[in-house]
Amino acid sequence: MELVVQDLQCRRGGRLVLDGTGFTVPGGRAAVVRGPNGAGKSTLLRALAGILPISDGSVRLGDITLTGDRSGYQEQVAYAGHLDAVKPALTVGQNLGIWAGIHGAKSGRVAEALGHFGIEHISDRPAAQCSAGQKRRLGLARLMVLDRPLWLLDEPTVSLDTASSELVSDLVRRHCAGGGIALVATHIDLGLSDAEVIEVTPVQPRRIESSDDADFLAGDWT
Amino acid sequence: MSGLLALLRRDIALALQLGGGGGIGIGFFVLCVVLVPLGVGPEGGTLARIAAGMLWIAALLAALLSLDRLFQADYEDGSLDQFMLSPMPLEQIVLVKAIAHWLTTGLPMVIAAPVLGVMLNLPVDVLPVLIAGMAIGTPALSLVGAIGAAITVGVRRGGLLLSILVLPLYIPTLIFGARAVENALLALDPVPALALTAAITLVSAAMAPFAAAAALRINAQ
Repeated sequence: MELVVQDLQCRRGGRLVLDGTGFTVPGGRAAVVRGPNGAGKSTLLRALAGILPISDGSVRLGDITLTGDRSGYQEQVAYAGHLDAVKPALTVGQNLGIWAGIHGAKSGRVAEALGHFGIEHISDRPAAQCSAGQKRRLGLARLMVLDRPLWLLDEPTVSLDTASSELVSDLVRRHCAGGGIALVATHIDLGLSDAEVIEVTPVQPRRIESSDDADFLAGDWT
Repeated sequence: MSGLLALLRRDIALALQLGGGGGIGIGFFVLCVVLVPLGVGPEGGTLARIAAGMLWIAALLAALLSLDRLFQADYEDGSLDQFMLSPMPLEQIVLVKAIAHWLTTGLPMVIAAPVLGVMLNLPVDVLPVLIAGMAIGTPALSLVGAIGAAITVGVRRGGLLLSILVLPLYIPTLIFGARAVENALLALDPVPALALTAAITLVSAAMAPFAAAAALRINAQ
């Protein structure tokens, strides 16, 4: 299984954010998405998750294409964005248990995921009382509960300390060792030494190259 | 199937939490109806005459109160993104969430309606029609409301916009739900009005999940 992205074009509110983005990530590999603020890293990950519609290009995971079979494609994807999808009114354990239930995952995975991120001792605590870092770990623990081959992580280490960031890189390495694919948008060095790097650059507004062309102005472009 | 139940349990649990909106709907419904005799006066004939209409209007407003949080909360904390990647179709998720909304808002109103009906001097033999009408009519309030909630999901303070969008769509349910009780009061056959109320609910059950899911997909961008 490999992720192949070709000539991806994405618009947000009519503005071109991604244009001609293309790369291939083979199975068992991680890729780091880099680029300055506002370059379109989050847009790229949301588009690859199928949440944001793509206006042109193709995305293929194994033999499933995003445009051909969106629901089939989306069932291969786990996405961890800026928001943790944590309900403050529920306990840490309930929060994760619900997603395990919705995805029909085994309940043993919940305990394992909480254990990996070191939050099993606060399993009975309402999420409202958790720190930002604990909530983020809870959000990332969902990745372990869902059994999905393609991981899309958007700044996963925000509000995490060094030790917890190490847990995230461990998890990504383990996921890739099992044949999975991970795309991580990050500004810090996660220690994924063999990861591919995908550079996202801001799209420059297109100029009309021959604006003084008489034919063009005469209506040749119609 | 287990995924459906997990989502249903989650939404009911969240609605029953403080600030979840579950108790607000029924509390508003009861208070609204209790205010009617205070404003209109205790004359029995007048109260019985307007009882059905008042109960239904109060039910529409009470259903609206908790609707604006139906998708808004999930949108704000990122759960909606996760729903889009879940193994269930988004349409199914909308339907389950509407059912949870009905169970926490509509069902308590159905249970409270006969008590409030007696308070408004409705004859006891009319109460079964009132209960039946509320039971088959209020699901449409949650279902049609889900469309409005999905359209306004990205709008700050969208609750006001939601009311203006959704209340006109509640008119058919209001007309036929109240008409059934009125017919029973006049010793006419209430079944045609009840059947039309049921028809509205069935049509909204068939259409609302698709309309709301489409609106959510657009707003998730």
